[in-house]
Amino acid sequence: MINYISIHWISHYNYWAAIVIAMVGLYMIIGHNNLIKKVAGLNILQTAVFLMYISMGVITDGTAPIAAETFTIYSNPLPQVLMLTAIVVGVATTAMAFALIVRIKETCNTVDEDELLEREGHQNGNVEEW
Amino acid sequence: MVSQHFGILLVALPLLAAPVAALLPNGRSSWTLVMAVMTLCLPISLSILGDVIDGELIHYELGGWAPPWGIAYTIDGLNALMAVIICMIGTLVTIYGRYSVAADIPENKQALFYAAYLLCFLGLLGMCLTGDIFNVFVFLEISSLSTYALISMGHNHRALIASFQYLILGTIGAIFFLIGIGLAYAATGSLNMADLAIRLSGSEHTKTIHTAFGFIFVGMALKAAMFPLHQWLPRAYTYAPIIVSTFLAGTATKVAVYVIARSVFTVFTPEYSLKTLLNELLIVFGAIAVIHGATQAIRQTAVKPLLAWSSLSQVGYFMMGIGLLSATGLMATMIHMFNHALIKSALFMAAGIFLYQTGSLRIAALSGVGRHMPLTFTAVVIAGLSLIGVPGTVGFISKWYLVLAAVEQQAWWIVGVVVLGSIMAIIYVWKLVETLYFQPTTMPAAPYGTDHIERNPALIVPIWILATACIYLGLDTGMSVGAAKAAVNSLGLATP
Repeated sequence: MINYISIHWISHYNYWAAIVIAMVGLYMIIGHNNLIKKVAGLNILQTAVFLMYISMGVITDGTAPIAAETFTIYSNPLPQVLMLTAIVVGVATTAMAFALIVRIKETCNTVDEDELLEREGHQNGNVEEW
Repeated sequence: MVSQHFGILLVALPLLAAPVAALLPNGRSSWTLVMAVMTLCLPISLSILGDVIDGELIHYELGGWAPPWGIAYTIDGLNALMAVIICMIGTLVTIYGRYSVAADIPENKQALFYAAYLLCFLGLLGMCLTGDIFNVFVFLEISSLSTYALISMGHNHRALIASFQYLILGTIGAIFFLIGIGLAYAATGSLNMADLAIRLSGSEHTKTIHTAFGFIFVGMALKAAMFPLHQWLPRAYTYAPIIVSTFLAGTATKVAVYVIARSVFTVFTPEYSLKTLLNELLIVFGAIAVIHGATQAIRQTAVKPLLAWSSLSQVGYFMMGIGLLSATGLMATMIHMFNHALIKSALFMAAGIFLYQTGSLRIAALSGVGRHMPLTFTAVVIAGLSLIGVPGTVGFISKWYLVLAAVEQQAWWIVGVVVLGSIMAIIYVWKLVETLYFQPTTMPAAPYGTDHIERNPALIVPIWILATACIYLGLDTGMSVGAAKAAVNSLGLATP
């Protein structure tokens, strides 16, 4: 029984890794004030999702999804294709975020969120002027 | 037959036009192209709504690949109505943009601005029309990425910061949605919404499905700016260019609310949702959103944040309508989404006209302006009365249905929240009207002379189409209520 549980837990190690990576990413987004580090956190969070999807498609003893007569057991290619789309989306988001950071740096000369908000002179929701 | 391909044309036309719009040499020619796309899309969406209003389904398989492997567009009353809202607001905003974009956006960026606008438009339409849940994620990101670009075109650096904050939160929302899709796929092996619903029945009480449901809901709630996930919205709407605020206020949050409604009613049936905490969460947070949004709106000293917080208060009504998990409740949400698109777009357009005339949107700077701009001011009053929900305007119809839905379930305190929310709406609408009309003006008798902005038909025609619709559809309820009824019926719920 104990043996069964430990194997069961270990065999899902990539899902545990996905959870840990996702938490690292989320923590970076929340815990850091530097805008670039926030974007890095966002990328780490996305990586966790890629890992989760690809783990999902794996079949024990399966090969890569290549159409060849010698291989009959292969991984589900659909999650992998979905992740290709998600990677494209992730690259676009990162590019967009960096473009915004460049503009923020040019106009405000800082990439620290606290400094930016302080300079704005108002906090959450209290939007003055227009 | 072209009409068979109408569903995909709505997405394909703007998608093909967007790169062309980016390449055109100046803003004026890009505007002409966008306007041409809009004048094609609006009748197409109306014709689709006409086809499905009797309860028919339009089924379109992309590239002839049959679902569940291929992507299929399944159009029923619910998404046809959403498509009409988006196309209608898109068209009116484009007319308005002829002046607005030229005034707000630097000449060399106008063509790119229109390209981003088309991408945002097609992303929102795609989210509504598609029947494939992963496709929803792709279109969500298309519309979100272009929205970040559009918001960052605002006048000062605050627009950049608002856009960045929205980017971070919006992407987290999208990733949560993606995790939810992944878990649902792991449990069922399907991405097609109708197919998912079939495969989920019977096996829906596993941990995987509960988690999938939670992630999908939270991800979309972030995009819909549902309380308490609304922090990005006031800043984004406040600092974005007027035309962007107008378009987003009319469409963006509503599409996210639609995806939630679709997930709750089609993918995970209402019976399943009833066994989760979802309905309590939606109703309680919805009520808090109504009151909190209105309280913040009353506190604001500028027009755009006031309207943005008022939008958040309206999102609260949408949430309560869905949370009741009944046919009447969903009808109330659908009608209110349609009505609020009319009302809030009209108000943001009016705010734009005041801005272009006076150069400021602080409420204090607008004292007495309404007397010099009777056309815009009257439109503000009509839209304001609608927002409050005075009988004879569209706002009354949707609040009436929400109250009906609450009474059906003897949820009397919800009736109280609706009444309280309306009273608070009176306060913030009055705050605008009083300043605009009843406060002394410092201006001479005819301050604007020949360059009176109100004489520009590109600005005044769309706002008056919306204001007229606010009254007309408030008196003749056949169209909006009928469409909402068809939408709800298409989900297999019996309407009263």
